[in-house]
Amino acid sequence: MALTLEINETKYTVDIEPETPLLWVLRDNLNLTGTKYGCGIGACGTCTVHVDGQAMRSCTLPVSAAVGKRITTIEGLTRDGKRHPVQAAWIELGVPQCGYCQSGQIMAAAALLAQRRSPTDQEIDAALAGNLCRCGTYLRIRQAVRRAAQLMRSEVTS
Amino acid sequence: MSAQLISRRTFIQTSVAAGGGLLLGFHIPTFAARVEPKPWQTPTNGVEINAWLTIDKDGRVTIRVPHTEMGQGALTSVSMMIAEELDVEWEKVQAVFADANRHLRNNREYKVMSTHGSMLVRLQHPHIMQAGASARERLKEAAARAWGVDRSQVKARLGVLECGGRRATYAEFATAAASIELDREPEIKKPAQWWLLGRSTPRLDIEPKTDGSAAFAIDTRLPGMVYAAVKCCPVPWGKLKRYDFEAVRNRPGVIAAIEFKAQPGKQGYSDMQNGVAVVADTWYRAKTALDLMPIEWDYGPDANASTESYLTEARQLLEQPGEVSRHIGEDVLAMLEAAPPEKVISAEYYRPFETHARMEPINATVSVTPERVDVWSPTQDQSVALMLAADQAGRDPKHVYVHTVFLGGGFGGGGGGNTAVTRQATEISKQLGRPVQVIWSREEDIAQDKQRPPNVTRFKALLGPNGLPAAWFSRSVWHTQNAMPVIGAARADYAIGNMPYKVPNRHHERHNARTHIPTATHRAPGANQHGFMTECFVDEVALAGGWDPLDWRIEMTKGMEDWQRVLLTLKEKSGFRTDLPKGTGMGVAVVESHGTIAAACATVTVSRRGALSVDKIVIVVDSGHVINPSNAIEQCEGSACWELSHAWVGGLDLREGRFTNTNFSTYNLLRIDQMPEVEVHFALSRNKWGGLGEPAGPPVPPAVANAIYFATGKRIRSTPFRNHDLSWS
Repeated sequence: MALTLEINETKYTVDIEPETPLLWVLRDNLNLTGTKYGCGIGACGTCTVHVDGQAMRSCTLPVSAAVGKRITTIEGLTRDGKRHPVQAAWIELGVPQCGYCQSGQIMAAAALLAQRRSPTDQEIDAALAGNLCRCGTYLRIRQAVRRAAQLMRSEVTS
Repeated sequence: MSAQLISRRTFIQTSVAAGGGLLLGFHIPTFAARVEPKPWQTPTNGVEINAWLTIDKDGRVTIRVPHTEMGQGALTSVSMMIAEELDVEWEKVQAVFADANRHLRNNREYKVMSTHGSMLVRLQHPHIMQAGASARERLKEAAARAWGVDRSQVKARLGVLECGGRRATYAEFATAAASIELDREPEIKKPAQWWLLGRSTPRLDIEPKTDGSAAFAIDTRLPGMVYAAVKCCPVPWGKLKRYDFEAVRNRPGVIAAIEFKAQPGKQGYSDMQNGVAVVADTWYRAKTALDLMPIEWDYGPDANASTESYLTEARQLLEQPGEVSRHIGEDVLAMLEAAPPEKVISAEYYRPFETHARMEPINATVSVTPERVDVWSPTQDQSVALMLAADQAGRDPKHVYVHTVFLGGGFGGGGGGNTAVTRQATEISKQLGRPVQVIWSREEDIAQDKQRPPNVTRFKALLGPNGLPAAWFSRSVWHTQNAMPVIGAARADYAIGNMPYKVPNRHHERHNARTHIPTATHRAPGANQHGFMTECFVDEVALAGGWDPLDWRIEMTKGMEDWQRVLLTLKEKSGFRTDLPKGTGMGVAVVESHGTIAAACATVTVSRRGALSVDKIVIVVDSGHVINPSNAIEQCEGSACWELSHAWVGGLDLREGRFTNTNFSTYNLLRIDQMPEVEVHFALSRNKWGGLGEPAGPPVPPAVANAIYFATGKRIRSTPFRNHDLSWS
C-alpha cells in the first residue's frame, strides 16, 4: 500500500504493509538510520521519535497510524544547521558513551522540554525511565536535560 | 527520497586509495543529506609517517586507531597518546579506524586489533606512544639533515620544528620524515613530562552520537543488500528437525530461507548454532516471515537443565574437593574441623547467569564477492571477525576486509558474543551472492548471546583471638562451557585469588561444571561475581569478630601501601558509618581487577515495606595513572551502573534448557530513576598502569548489599536483590 509520510518536513511515499512499524520504514525503506532498533516491544526507548510533537516508540507504532502526522526523527532535530538545545547540552556535558541509545534519549528529552520548561529531577526521571542505557550515562543525561532547559529558557529570553 | 548511496565500485576504490586510512565505516551508510562527522573526514593528501598517522599539508594529523570504540573512549585515548608524543595541537588531530586487512597483511602492524580486558591504555600505551615518539624524532631528523645540524638541537613543539633561527612546520618535513629510518627508536615520555595526557579532554566521538550520524554496524547500507532474521535452537546445541519455508515463501519481500549447522568442533570464539534464517528485502519482512514459519526443534539432552538443577549439582560438587587454586599456610580444613563451632562463620553465595544485552542487538553485514569479502560487525576483535569470515567463506584471509564501526556497547560481548552472527552473515552472502545484514531480534540476542556463567561459592572463616580471621576456606562451582577453558579457569575465581587480606591460612578450590549454554567474558569477568561474594562475606566475618567493616579492611591490608591509600581515601571521602537510623545504611567493598584497585561506599534507604533506593555510591580508584580524567570518571559511573543493574534487577532464569527471560520486559536493566549519585575519587599510586573500563563495577554490588544489611539487618547472599524481601519493622 502506498503511504505518504511527512518526516522532518519532507514528504516521502513508501509502498509497504500498513502494519509495518514506523521504525522499519525509517531504517530500511528511507535509510534514516539515526533511529535505532533495541527491543521491538516498546520496552527500551531506543527507537523514540516525535509524532505531532509527542515522544513515541516507533518500533510498536504501525506506519499507517503516522500518516497525516508530523514525524520528527533525530536527523530532523537539527534545524537550519542549528543544533537543538538538547543536542548542544549533550555535547557540552559529553553524555554519550557507546551512543546507541542516545537518539532515543535525546528525542525523549526534547519532547519533555517542549512541554515542561523547568522539569524537576523527578519529572526528568519519569519522562526518561523508559529509555534504557547500558553504558550508564544516566547521571549525565539528567544533568544535560537540566542544562538544555537552561539553554532553552535563555533562548526565549534573548 | 533523496538518498544517494555511493556505488560499490566507488567504495572499493575509496578503500584502496585510502591505503591505511579507514573511512569506510563512516562513509558507506550515509546519504547526501547526512552531515559527515567532523573527525572522520578523508585524510586527503596526507603523508604517512608510519602506520599510525598521516600529516597533511595543513598540518592536520590523522591518527589511525586499531581499537574499537564502544563508548570507552578508545578513539580519544589512542589519539591523545600519539598527540602527546608527536607534540601537535589537539585541535589538529582527527581519528579514523585502522585497517584490519592491512594489519594482517603487514605482519600485525598494529600489534593488537582487539579491545578487551581494560588493556588499551594499561598494557598497550608503550607501543602506541612509541609510534608518536618515533614520528616526532623522524620529523626532527629530517629537519636536522636539511639544516645541517644534529637532531638533538632540533625542538619539536605543537607541530613546529625549530633550531636556532630556523623554523618549519611538521607538514613541510613530513615527506622527508616518511623515508627516514632511525638508528635507535626513542624512549617514550615519563608521566612527569606529559603536557596533554592527564588532562580532561572531550571525547572525539560525542558530536556524531547526538545527531544520528554516527554509523553503527547495524546502520550499514550497501547497494543490493538484503536482510536476514535468524532463529537458532532455543536450547543451545539442539537440532533443527524441520521447517516449512513454503508456508511463508510468498509473503512480501521474502527471498530465501537458509539453514545453519552447528559446528561443535569450532567452539569457543567461533561457534554457530543449528538454526534457520529467513532473508527478505527489509528486516521487518524477514522477521515477520520467520516468526510465522513453522519450525520444529530437537532440543536434545540439555532440555531439562534449569536454575534449580544447576544449584543442586553445584551443591553436590561443593561437598567434594575441587581443584586447588590458592593455598597459604596450614591445613585450613583441619583447622576448621577442630575449631569450636561458635568461632566458625559459614555462608553460601550465588550469582545467576547474566547477559550482555548491548543496546545494539547482535548483528553483522557481510558481502561475499568473487574478489573479496567485506565485513561490518560490532566486534571488539576485528582480527577474529576477519578470520571467521575467511573460514566461513573459504577464502584467503588476505582478501577479507573488516570495517570498524562504532559499537553499540561491548562489555566483553563483542568478542565472544558476536562471532556466530559473523559466520551466519558470511554463509548467507556466500549462498545468495549478495550483501546481507543479519540482525538478531532482541529475543534471539538474549537467547543466543554468550552469557556470563553462574557461580556458587561456599566460605568458611575461623575467627582468631583478636576477632580477625585465622583461617579462610572457599570452594566455588562455576557452570562454564568447556569451550572456554582459559577464561573459565583463569577468571572464575578472580577476586578470590586476588583477595588482598592477610589471612595466615587460606585455601581455595574450584569446580568447573559443564553447561550447554555458551559462555563468555562479561565486563570485569570473575571479579564481578567473586567481588560480590568475597566482599559480602568479609562484612560477615568482620562483624562476627566485632570489627567495623572498613576498619577491618584497613587492618587486614596493613603494609600494602596502595590498598591503604584507597581505603583511607574511601574512609575520608565517604564518611562511612555503621550507626545510621534503621532503614538507612552504608556499606563498603574493595576489589582489585585489571591492575586497578577500586573501592566503593554505598548509601541506601530501605522502606519498611522493603523498597530499596540506592542513594549514593562513592568510588575510589587506584589505576596508577589516568590519561583522561573526565573519561575515566565516565567509565567508573558506567561500570557502577552496569554491575548495580545485574545485582539489583538482573538475573537470567534457566528453565527447560533455555532462559525464561526473553526481552527487556523480562530481563531488567537499571533505569534512570534507579541510578544513584556517583562520586569518583582517584587515589593514584603512579607506580603502575591499571585499566579503567571495568574495575569500578565489582565493588558496587557488595557495597550495596552490605549497606542493605545495616539498613535492614538482612544479609543478602544472592542476586538479584529484587528477589529478596527487604521489609523490616
